[in-house]
Amino acid sequence: MGNKAMLLDFWPSPFGMRTRIALAEKGVKYEYKDEDLSNKSELLLAMNPVHKKIPVFVHNNKPVCESLIIVEYIDEVWSKDKPLLPSDPYLKAQARFWADFADKKVYESGARIWKTKGEEQEKAKKDFIENLTILVQQLGDNPYFGGDTFGYVDVAIIPFYTWFYTFEMAGNFKVEESCPKVIEWAKRCLQRESVKALPDPIKVYDFFLELKKMLGIE
Amino acid sequence: MGDEVEVRVHGMWASTYSKRVELALKIKGIPYEYVEEDLMNKSQALLEYNPIHKKVPVLVHNGKPIVESLVILEYIDEVWPDHAPRLLPRDPVDRARVRFWSGFLQNQLLESVLKLVMSSGEEQEKALDELHEKMTIMEQEMGDIIPKDISSIQSKSLGLLDIQVICTLGAYKAHEQVLGVKILDPHKHSLIYAWVNAMMDLPMIKEITPPHDNVVNFIQMIFKINPSA
Repeated sequence: MGNKAMLLDFWPSPFGMRTRIALAEKGVKYEYKDEDLSNKSELLLAMNPVHKKIPVFVHNNKPVCESLIIVEYIDEVWSKDKPLLPSDPYLKAQARFWADFADKKVYESGARIWKTKGEEQEKAKKDFIENLTILVQQLGDNPYFGGDTFGYVDVAIIPFYTWFYTFEMAGNFKVEESCPKVIEWAKRCLQRESVKALPDPIKVYDFFLELKKMLGIE
Repeated sequence: MGDEVEVRVHGMWASTYSKRVELALKIKGIPYEYVEEDLMNKSQALLEYNPIHKKVPVLVHNGKPIVESLVILEYIDEVWPDHAPRLLPRDPVDRARVRFWSGFLQNQLLESVLKLVMSSGEEQEKALDELHEKMTIMEQEMGDIIPKDISSIQSKSLGLLDIQVICTLGAYKAHEQVLGVKILDPHKHSLIYAWVNAMMDLPMIKEITPPHDNVVNFIQMIFKINPSA
């Protein structure tokens, strides 16, 4: 039985990064395909006809879509080593809750920072820091959100770190000043091979500037 | 006094998120105590159990709270695996598909329903078209996930996706009455129409469905819409 794996992705996407980290943690061999989102491939449109978005993980010709769903799928299929989700249902529920919080609150407010100006942007910055603060409180004395081990919530959130520099430049602030604990945690994660492989935040910022120019945003 | 009740749900009668949790417990035959929350005057317990979002539903199991309806549903499936049916399939690819469509119903479809209710005139027409487009996508892409043999649908074999479908679209008649539009058309979306109506006929669903007029009044009140009749 074949074990063909392919990831349709776009290098600066934090959602794509989640899937790259999960695959690396599990040591899965796969083909990586970077999509041109202004000219989506036939394959992408066929594999994700509903949303036409990346990331899409194609395993033995079957597509799996939506980053957190992909991460859970990877955890379930390559279940022998390095479990990402806890086996205890209550702890699993906690992990799912915080990953959902990361999407609904952290990512949402972070994106608002570069999308807005003036008073709206100040509110976005405040919300972003508030949400990050709530999040890091969950760490307690643990090195990772997964406890002693790097887990699902760590995978879900660490990609946003590559966008911190962009948020900081857009909003003229420094995350480390208001939330040093999140930077501490991020630097710890960055010692892992899977996370070291993420794009350089400066490159992400360069991409963002190109994107702004393309979209005609000031 | 110890917390003797093993399972408690904090909910609100008109919240479809709340109903998802109650339905999951009923399908699996798990007894629970229900606490109706007044969302204008939330209980101390609710605020302690869900300090981040302060919302219903909350499932309290042996004194520990679980929040966010989809998180709760997966928890219920995992904690009571011996209580048939399984809400999610076993195969990882099938699980991923169920989770995908579950998210689609919860996010994209619901978003369109809300737009529909909050708008009027031309904007509302656009919102209705958008909602119909999404239902068409569902019928085209869900494939074998949509039950074809409607007569085989029973309370005892409902799953996560059935719960999502019935709770998102079950109140369509009330919405149609308030807004004066056709949301679920048996000619446009025959598969979804049949699926929803087959479930509405099940005794277990009827048990948790609030009276039609109550839902109509609630929709009108919440969005301050005048009756179209």
